[in-house]
Amino acid sequence: MSQKDNVMQAKDLQKVSNASKVTQFLVKFGVYTFLIVMALIVLFPFYWMIISSLKDLSEYRAPTPTFWPNKVIWSNYPTAFSTANLGQLFMNTAYVGIVSTLLSLVITVLSAFAFARLEFKGKETLFGLLLSTMMIPGELFTITNYLTVKNFGWIDTFEALIVPFLVSVFYIYLLRQNFMQIPNELYLAAKVDGCKDIKYLWKVMIPLALPTLISITILKMMGAWNSYVWPNLVTKTDAHRLITNGLRNAFSDSTGDVNYPVQMAAVVIVSAPLFMVFLFLRKYIMAGVSRSGIKG
Amino acid sequence: MKVVLQNLTKVFPSRDKKSGKEVVAVNDFTFEIPDGKLIGLLGPSGCGKSTTLYMISGLQKPTGGKIFFGEDDVTELTTENRGIGLVFQNYALYPHMTVKQNILFPLQNLKGEDKMSKADMLERAHWAAKLVQIDDLMDRKPSEMSGGQQQRVAIARALVKMPRVLLLDEPLSNLDARLRLQTREEIRRIQRETGITTIFVTHDQEEAMSISDMIVVMKLGVVQQTGKPQEVYDNPTNLFVAKFLGTPPINVFAGSVKGGKLYLGEDAVLDVPGVADQEVHVGIRPEGFELDPKGPMTCNLNSIEVMGRDSSIVSTHAASQNPVVRSIIDADNKVEEGAETVRFSLKPHKVFLFHKETEERIYFEVK
Amino acid sequence: MVDSKQQWKAWLYLSPAIVLLLVFTAWPIINTLRMAFLENYSGLQEIGGATFNFGIGNFLTVIKYKKFLQCLSNTIFLCITTVPISTMLALLIAVALNSIKPLQKLLQTIFFLPYVTNSIAIGMVFAAMFNIIGLRPGNAYADTWGIINNVIQFFGGEPINWINAGSDYMPNMIVMIIYIVWNALPFKILVLLGGLQSINKQYYDAAKVDSTSRTRVFGRITVPLLSPMLAYVIITGFIGGFKEYSSIIGIFGENMGPAHDTGRLNTMVGFVYDALERDFQGRASAAALILFGIILLVTLFNNHVIKRFTHY
Repeated sequence: MSQKDNVMQAKDLQKVSNASKVTQFLVKFGVYTFLIVMALIVLFPFYWMIISSLKDLSEYRAPTPTFWPNKVIWSNYPTAFSTANLGQLFMNTAYVGIVSTLLSLVITVLSAFAFARLEFKGKETLFGLLLSTMMIPGELFTITNYLTVKNFGWIDTFEALIVPFLVSVFYIYLLRQNFMQIPNELYLAAKVDGCKDIKYLWKVMIPLALPTLISITILKMMGAWNSYVWPNLVTKTDAHRLITNGLRNAFSDSTGDVNYPVQMAAVVIVSAPLFMVFLFLRKYIMAGVSRSGIKG
Repeated sequence: MKVVLQNLTKVFPSRDKKSGKEVVAVNDFTFEIPDGKLIGLLGPSGCGKSTTLYMISGLQKPTGGKIFFGEDDVTELTTENRGIGLVFQNYALYPHMTVKQNILFPLQNLKGEDKMSKADMLERAHWAAKLVQIDDLMDRKPSEMSGGQQQRVAIARALVKMPRVLLLDEPLSNLDARLRLQTREEIRRIQRETGITTIFVTHDQEEAMSISDMIVVMKLGVVQQTGKPQEVYDNPTNLFVAKFLGTPPINVFAGSVKGGKLYLGEDAVLDVPGVADQEVHVGIRPEGFELDPKGPMTCNLNSIEVMGRDSSIVSTHAASQNPVVRSIIDADNKVEEGAETVRFSLKPHKVFLFHKETEERIYFEVK
Repeated sequence: MVDSKQQWKAWLYLSPAIVLLLVFTAWPIINTLRMAFLENYSGLQEIGGATFNFGIGNFLTVIKYKKFLQCLSNTIFLCITTVPISTMLALLIAVALNSIKPLQKLLQTIFFLPYVTNSIAIGMVFAAMFNIIGLRPGNAYADTWGIINNVIQFFGGEPINWINAGSDYMPNMIVMIIYIVWNALPFKILVLLGGLQSINKQYYDAAKVDSTSRTRVFGRITVPLLSPMLAYVIITGFIGGFKEYSSIIGIFGENMGPAHDTGRLNTMVGFVYDALERDFQGRASAAALILFGIILLVTLFNNHVIKRFTHY
């Protein structure tokens, strides 16, 4: 190979490496642009909700939109709060959420423990039966449950909102899997030491399964916060309504000539608690969600 | 294609942000790999051998220095443009593709004037598969094959596009002992047949010694010695290299030189002309001992392991830095039964002296 | 032999769950079947002493019912549009997220935000964004066109009546698709990103060594290695899609459609609830069973297709 050829080749190599650097940069730039544009699209409704909630009605209705309120109207919030009776609804939702979460946790832990640690006849069959019910869409149960609740005289009571959903086969399944990972020797050793079941559950299994229990708690609370259809069927008055129903009913019109600033203020009030919880417990929520695949 | 490494250096920023200490994985590595040879990069884990390999592949960027393929400076080229073949330690075969699809994959990426017709690709894939003797497994998926077979597929995939340089990262570490022996011979054969410059990384000195044309011994990012395996074995430049090469390993003693004689404890065991009086490390290869009833070196006998042609005498010596002294002698030479001690004379060219502090070799004339 | 004390204890621990499941899960399954096959069954009339014939009349009534067909076609339309769109978008976003380091955590959190919202509440925000206030007859003049129309006008387009009285079917559906996709993205991105992060990096190094182009890496390596996660996301997406209901309530309210044509956007689930509220439990049960059957078929079909395309 002559000297000249070498020089040529060196130049070519330079070109190749420069070209690949340029493409690399362009790709990086493109990726970030795409992600940031998508992120802005995802965020836009939140932004619009917040600034609309602070606008004066006439400013909101102005033909040219403003992207920051000319005059911040905080009073939209108290108005929204009283219009939709949000105080009462908040209390209702919190009550239903907390009571149903606690009861549900107890039932789930006991059942998961029985399935994971105790031996009894028909265990496998029963567990298989439970799992098979997970395939059936909830709407199929709703029809009869509505009649049942009616027959129990539970229409417009908290019982109707709490009792039918206390058992979740999915949570039992999740927790059982978690319990199964704890070596059986621990249980037998505890038995030898004369440790009672309940104490063992409390001292050993529950601490070890804590992340799953936290995930279940969060999903259950989110469920109470977001549920709409069932409460709408079984509650008739604000005394027992949940937050989402109250919100939808108080602002039954979402199109046409509506006082949007106040409506948006109400939406902000309703959305804020979930956001707070999310910011603090992001890790648990994301872990729980990726395993469950169920919204709320 | 020869490969030249020029002052190659790789510094990793510290993982622990507080201490801020950088890790020098490879330090000022200069070496020329001749065209068509098989080179073994050898050293304990963390010595920088894999980092060197990954810098040659372009998957890691050097902090300093240059890499040349032939006359081309490829330091700034990305992996895609280097035209190398790389066999990963875990093979990295695409699990969703059959053997055939795996081997065809690199060919289908060729662009421009290198682009091949379908028929040519198939022909080339079959050539590569035949070379590594897996042409009857073409429709299997990686999960349906043994480790040794996967290894061959990985080599075929690396070879099929006729790389300028073939790189192998610990190619035998995932195989069992029997397959390892067999596969390393295969690698040697394939390398000879294709004539592609090949660099492989291993922590197993026996593996490197047995198939390499040249070895590079590394420690903590610094090259200790390079050369033909036998030369390095016979002539280690420092205590580390001496210890690292050879099975069973070299016996190391604390000794001293006085008046041209080497002392182990009270016994003068060897003439070492031309060495100044000093404390030294003494390395004696297992095959450097000769049974000699009048020999200058006396050890306490532990046991004798007969291994057919040779026997291995396990003994202890007060000056030894290893728990036992292992010597290999011809099985014909018998040790007296019930003896408590055994006496040796030493072969001077199997005895190496090293500086007490620097552990560098101290040479003496062998008569 | 099973310890009899353990037997006794196990059933004690299980008793609350079993009692509740018998009442609220087992009985509904039996009763739904019963009601579905009693022609024109109504709970109120049964209390009043009426008896019903056994037969498949409910099913026939339901399928012949024009409104049911409308609900079915709405549901299917939403499914076959939103599932592919949201899956593709989520895949692109997940792959992009996986390829960057700075800002990754922040962007990941932002993309998850729609998940922690109330679909009714944020539906109202979307309605506000698409709404036109003060529309005069003939679309001639509006006080405000709504922010989305403002954006369209900014780029030189004509404002569209998306959801107000007098709006057309397609604009209604487009709004629903946008909202449902927006809502479906977080879960899909979460799952797909998790899948991407568990792919061995060595496959990508191997692809680099073999000079593989970016598009080929995406098509031949990333997507196949991600296929189990993609399958999961698609199946759950279809199941969710067939149960779509509350996102429509969020935007259109209980009307399930624009003011001039209520019920136009109703879905399968909506149909079940409507029948239930009007005390046609037989018809509701039949519709629910049909929904269950469709979901089962679609899932089996998906499974079959996916088995042919997922590779391991």
